Amino acid sequence: MSTGKPAPGHVPARLLEQYAAGSPDGALVDVWWAVEAHLESCGSCRDRLAAAVARCAPATASLVERAWAGLAEQVTGGPEAAARRGWRPGRTVRWAAPPVLPRLAATVLVVLAAVGLDLVNQAGTGRFPSLVLLLAPVAPLLAVAAAWSRGLDPAHEVVVASPRAGLDLVLRRAVAVLAVVIPVLAVAGWLVGASPAGWLLPCLALTAGALALGGLVGLHRAATGLGLAWIAVVAGPSLVVGRTPVLLDPAAVAVWAPATVAVTVLVVVRRGAYTAFPSGR
Amino acid sequence: MVRSVSAGETAPTTYAWAVHAQQLRVRAGRRMAVDGLDLALGEGVHGLLGPNGAGKTTLMRALATVLRPAGGTLSVLGQRVNGRLDLRRLRQQIGYLPQDFGFYRRFRVREFVEYIAWLKQMPARDVPGAVQRAIDRVGLTDRAEHRMRTLSGGMRRRVGVAQAIVNDPRVLLLDEPTAGLDPDQRLQFRALLRELAADTCVLVATHLVEDVAAACTDVVLLDEGRLVFQGVPADLAAAAGGDGPGDSPTERGYSELMRRHREGLA
Repeated sequence: MSTGKPAPGHVPARLLEQYAAGSPDGALVDVWWAVEAHLESCGSCRDRLAAAVARCAPATASLVERAWAGLAEQVTGGPEAAARRGWRPGRTVRWAAPPVLPRLAATVLVVLAAVGLDLVNQAGTGRFPSLVLLLAPVAPLLAVAAAWSRGLDPAHEVVVASPRAGLDLVLRRAVAVLAVVIPVLAVAGWLVGASPAGWLLPCLALTAGALALGGLVGLHRAATGLGLAWIAVVAGPSLVVGRTPVLLDPAAVAVWAPATVAVTVLVVVRRGAYTAFPSGR
Repeated sequence: MVRSVSAGETAPTTYAWAVHAQQLRVRAGRRMAVDGLDLALGEGVHGLLGPNGAGKTTLMRALATVLRPAGGTLSVLGQRVNGRLDLRRLRQQIGYLPQDFGFYRRFRVREFVEYIAWLKQMPARDVPGAVQRAIDRVGLTDRAEHRMRTLSGGMRRRVGVAQAIVNDPRVLLLDEPTAGLDPDQRLQFRALLRELAADTCVLVATHLVEDVAAACTDVVLLDEGRLVFQGVPADLAAAAGGDGPGDSPTERGYSELMRRHREGLA
């Protein structure tokens, strides 16, 4: 720190040196009072005082040295903060809710099984449409269902009574699910040759649809219903017929894009649905 | 550990009662569990007593803004609880321990309370200190780094109390907080209640009449969703005729008041 002329409002260097040397030198007590009051709240002046003590008051400096030498062992030898070991939820839970994690693992397993069946199918007759492609649009729903559910989240009662309860918390959890499921699907689709152009938009549309419907009937019920409906109406029949459904054709983007936008707007418009009086759902 | 007090906390309140219900009706499923309740609670510890199915938990959930009142009026901290209320602002000032308090088994105690503090939108700067203080106050300092699944039932209950008080609420709702606590911990818990009573409206739902006699400044007796009695614990003891069933004056007073209420209804 410079010992030059201090900024206005700080202690002048000459005064600091006198204070450090401990010689009032005719100055009045109220001056020292003011100096000490200023030093209490001003770090830079304390810094300059330390320099002044080292320069002008060797006796004081050596006293401080001795006192520190006596204390150093106790100060530095205290108990250290326990090292954090193992997995700490910390920031991750702010996105992925704990009850979502088992469902995410189950989703990954289902996708892996679908990849296996697809590879067998391609090696054999090849007369079935890709199972990965058929399941991809509903894959996130399994875990999204657990993001806001009394039955699947043990702490749900505390969560819904908290100020953060609401759409943004639900969205955080849904985004965390998508952030895991979509890359897994992308890799699986690449393995079996199912292009993301076919499944990505339906996947987003159905997830947003579950969130919109969940504001009315509860997210768990909405996600389960949409998933089952998809399997019954689209995936099942297409397996029976042995043809990829038109809804998963890349050309179907003309249907899915406006649907995704409309459903997303609906979620945003009805954002209060997850905040207000969540019970009964 | 000393917490700094903001100007907002010391400002005088603009409402007469922290909790004020008039002809309140709240539905639990199909049943009207709280049916025409008139209740006014200020600061202090209020013991909420009543038989099973009296509507204690339903009242707690309505006060925690988890259930929407079906009729009548309910004001918490001077704000009417209805569809138009800004629930977030109100919820920041409420602490709530539900009867079926669930938790994440893999979490450590500190992590769980930190997570709840985050859910309560506390400033990130204040969280570590507030969490430590809450854990200290329920006597779990030496268990702070243990996983939740390794704790005993009484300790889990105390974690529940810690998460409820972590945001220094103005209204604290504790549903069966002493379930599973050993006698020593119950004494410690009563001391905590007395400490909180100075500046908080604490509502403790319980089955244990002796807890009420020992730690509460006020007793609220509920039956079939209606108010039976409200007064200081000494009044409850004085209500006993002397020969009613029960092992302590408070218990005798409780059963006497319940008997009179039911006869009055019949």
